[in-house]
Amino acid sequence: MSGDFLFQAVVYLTAAVVCVPLAKRFGLSSVLGYLLAGILIGPYLLGFIGEEGEDILHFAEFGVVMMLFLIGLEIEPKNFWNMRKSILGMGGFQVGLTIVIVFAIAYVTELEWPTALAVGMAFSLSSTAIVLQTLKEKGLMETSYGQSSFSVLLFQDIAVIPMLALLPLFSSSASDVSDGHGSFLENLPLGFQTLAVLLSVVLVILAGRYFFVPVLRLVANTRLRELFSASALLIVIAIAYLMELVGLSPALGAFLGGVVLANSEFKHELESNLEPFKGLLLGLFFIAVGASINFLVIGQSPDLVAGLVIGVIALKALVLLLVGRFFKLSTDQNLLFAIGLSQIGEFAFVLLGFANQLGIVDRDLLDLLLVVTAISMTVSPILAIVNERIILPRVGTKESEERPPDHIGKHKPIILVGFGHFGSTVGRFLRANGVEPTILDHDSNRVDLLRKMGFEVYYGDATREDLLESAGVEQAQILISAIDDPEASLRLVETLQKHYPHLKLVIRAKSRIDAYELLKLGVENIYRESIDTSVRLACDVLQMLGRRKHTLYRQAQNFIKYDEQSMRRLVEQSLNSEEYINRVRLEIAQQEALLQADLRSGRLEDDDHLWSSVKPTREDSSD
Amino acid sequence: MSKILILFAHPRFEESRINHALIETASQIDGVSIRDLYELYPDFNVDIQAEQIELLQHDVIIFHHPFYWYSCPPLLKQWIDLVLEYNWAYGPHGKFLSGKIALNALTAGGIREVYNESGSNNYTIAEFLRPFEQTAKLCQMEYLPPFAVLGTHRLDNNGIKEYQKQYSQLLYLLGSGEFAPLRAHNCQFANDLAVIKNPVVR
Repeated sequence: MSGDFLFQAVVYLTAAVVCVPLAKRFGLSSVLGYLLAGILIGPYLLGFIGEEGEDILHFAEFGVVMMLFLIGLEIEPKNFWNMRKSILGMGGFQVGLTIVIVFAIAYVTELEWPTALAVGMAFSLSSTAIVLQTLKEKGLMETSYGQSSFSVLLFQDIAVIPMLALLPLFSSSASDVSDGHGSFLENLPLGFQTLAVLLSVVLVILAGRYFFVPVLRLVANTRLRELFSASALLIVIAIAYLMELVGLSPALGAFLGGVVLANSEFKHELESNLEPFKGLLLGLFFIAVGASINFLVIGQSPDLVAGLVIGVIALKALVLLLVGRFFKLSTDQNLLFAIGLSQIGEFAFVLLGFANQLGIVDRDLLDLLLVVTAISMTVSPILAIVNERIILPRVGTKESEERPPDHIGKHKPIILVGFGHFGSTVGRFLRANGVEPTILDHDSNRVDLLRKMGFEVYYGDATREDLLESAGVEQAQILISAIDDPEASLRLVETLQKHYPHLKLVIRAKSRIDAYELLKLGVENIYRESIDTSVRLACDVLQMLGRRKHTLYRQAQNFIKYDEQSMRRLVEQSLNSEEYINRVRLEIAQQEALLQADLRSGRLEDDDHLWSSVKPTREDSSD
Repeated sequence: MSKILILFAHPRFEESRINHALIETASQIDGVSIRDLYELYPDFNVDIQAEQIELLQHDVIIFHHPFYWYSCPPLLKQWIDLVLEYNWAYGPHGKFLSGKIALNALTAGGIREVYNESGSNNYTIAEFLRPFEQTAKLCQMEYLPPFAVLGTHRLDNNGIKEYQKQYSQLLYLLGSGEFAPLRAHNCQFANDLAVIKNPVVR
């Protein structure tokens, strides 16, 4: 048994490791790579996996749940509220119109009306997994096309729930179906069901606010990374389980949980912990979809399958184009939007499977529709490429000309690492000037305290690359390190220079020695924490001795300037050597001489600069 | 070919439309260097040596500034106080600026009509600029009439464009080393140059 499991794992992973880089190599999205890998190892080509492919499909659907949790994490509740119009408007329009048209066509072609309706509902859904994965991969989430796609997908995910609830009502043999998506609530009266659904939503929100965060704080204090990963998984799985229990979509519940946690300090830490799981599960999901394409059905009636695939994609795209036009998307964005969402989504598997159990859709039709769904999912990434490379360039505008983001997602251009005494002053001054950095700190108690004071601080160890990534380092322009520990700061600089050379680094240094290390790494902007303060102190002492403030101020400016210059000259010397000490003595002597000279400049000495002579210029010029 | 140095001093540059336009124009002309003093020396700690080297490398020095209280903003005065040293800019051995050209380029809210004997400001721009004129003379530089953008409060986009054109014409003329039109007796402002040279532009 375990050998079998290992064999399976080897097959899946090998397929992924071979196909995905190949797809990427040709500039295709990873989704397509996974789908092709699935087809390759599926029962009809290499035959490594057979019937168990469907079980894996169910298991891997959890990847979609996790993806929605992560998406929820990036949407703050107030932004979610701002999007309600586009979610309801665009989503409702698209789903409603598609159902009506598909239903009409199916009804005309002599399907029973419940069957036609089930087909219509299944076809109205698009693939959240494919579209969002592609959007994230290309960083297009914040374009108007990305936003519109997201709104529609979210509406569809919500719409699945009433669809699943409605289907049994159309069934003539509904009574004996109680497994599948049935839940323990099914036998209760409708009022209780609604109440339970509402209660569970409230429960997720309350738990997110008052239970998850304190628990995560406790876990963070143990400083065991794997425990944090476990807690993160636990949260998502628990929410999904609860939702399944009351008959809601787990994906939707996870999304809600994510939104609730989006405001918490663990946002980035959760993201970086769940990202790998999500990636793997989604990959598995796409492989399973690829493997589930039934080539026998295609062999039997290739014309019908082809006709259906083309028909449904064309129909969905047209409806979407109409929606986009109605909601004033520009032509290029609208094309991306319409073609991006033109496939049938993964929820169609669930919906059609359920309809089959209810006797609404018979086995042959089910097989046919599943094949159409899987093929449409495989074809749509290819269509998107055709659209991007061939159609869009002719339309005139390009994908890169994006409208500024209107509601969700806010990757700020500045990251501030370390929020102790030094960092908090930096942060306060930036904020006073209208610049809000993303702040990271690894002390969860301090993070808690600062959050209570009203600072938006996130928990996490910034020397870890995955955390930096979820904090948005790729989009960032400047990173400020206000870390107390010089070694940690150096490690951070090395990581950043290696992976994000575009980033401008602004680094706090504890001492001259640290500054040397940073200079050797090629860091330009180094701030020794004590230099300004100690010079200011010395100035005040001189002032107490009766010196004038303005002169002292200028001397201080020059002292710091000369000191910076001499520090840069001394970098090359190795510390503690005889040579270094001699050089330092020399530099100090020079510095003092320069400052003395500054003090003397402009001072009247031997004469009065000829200000009293009658005609200074003429006389001077004549000799 | 004369090389031009614009010493630009504006403490609130970010809020000045006209100066953005003028500096933008000037920055596109070859042989013109712009030193944004408030950006270089936010602490007023003017680097004397660096400034003197800049002066040596140019033939025409333009003090470009808003006309604050009938004079320049304080940093430009600080610059003059520190950089024009005894025995460098003036004095028995101070001949390093000798023969260069100096002038002011200024922007002011009031219109041209208020700057004269009968106007509310009582004196002409040229009279207010006497300290600059004498500073230039003491350093053995030739002082030319100022380039002045007056009535900035009422300036619309077309007006700004017109002044941009005048400034670039002036800079090209100075760059070519042709100073005769500016030395003419009837030339009160370096702006009027365009009118003298090309009567169509108004």
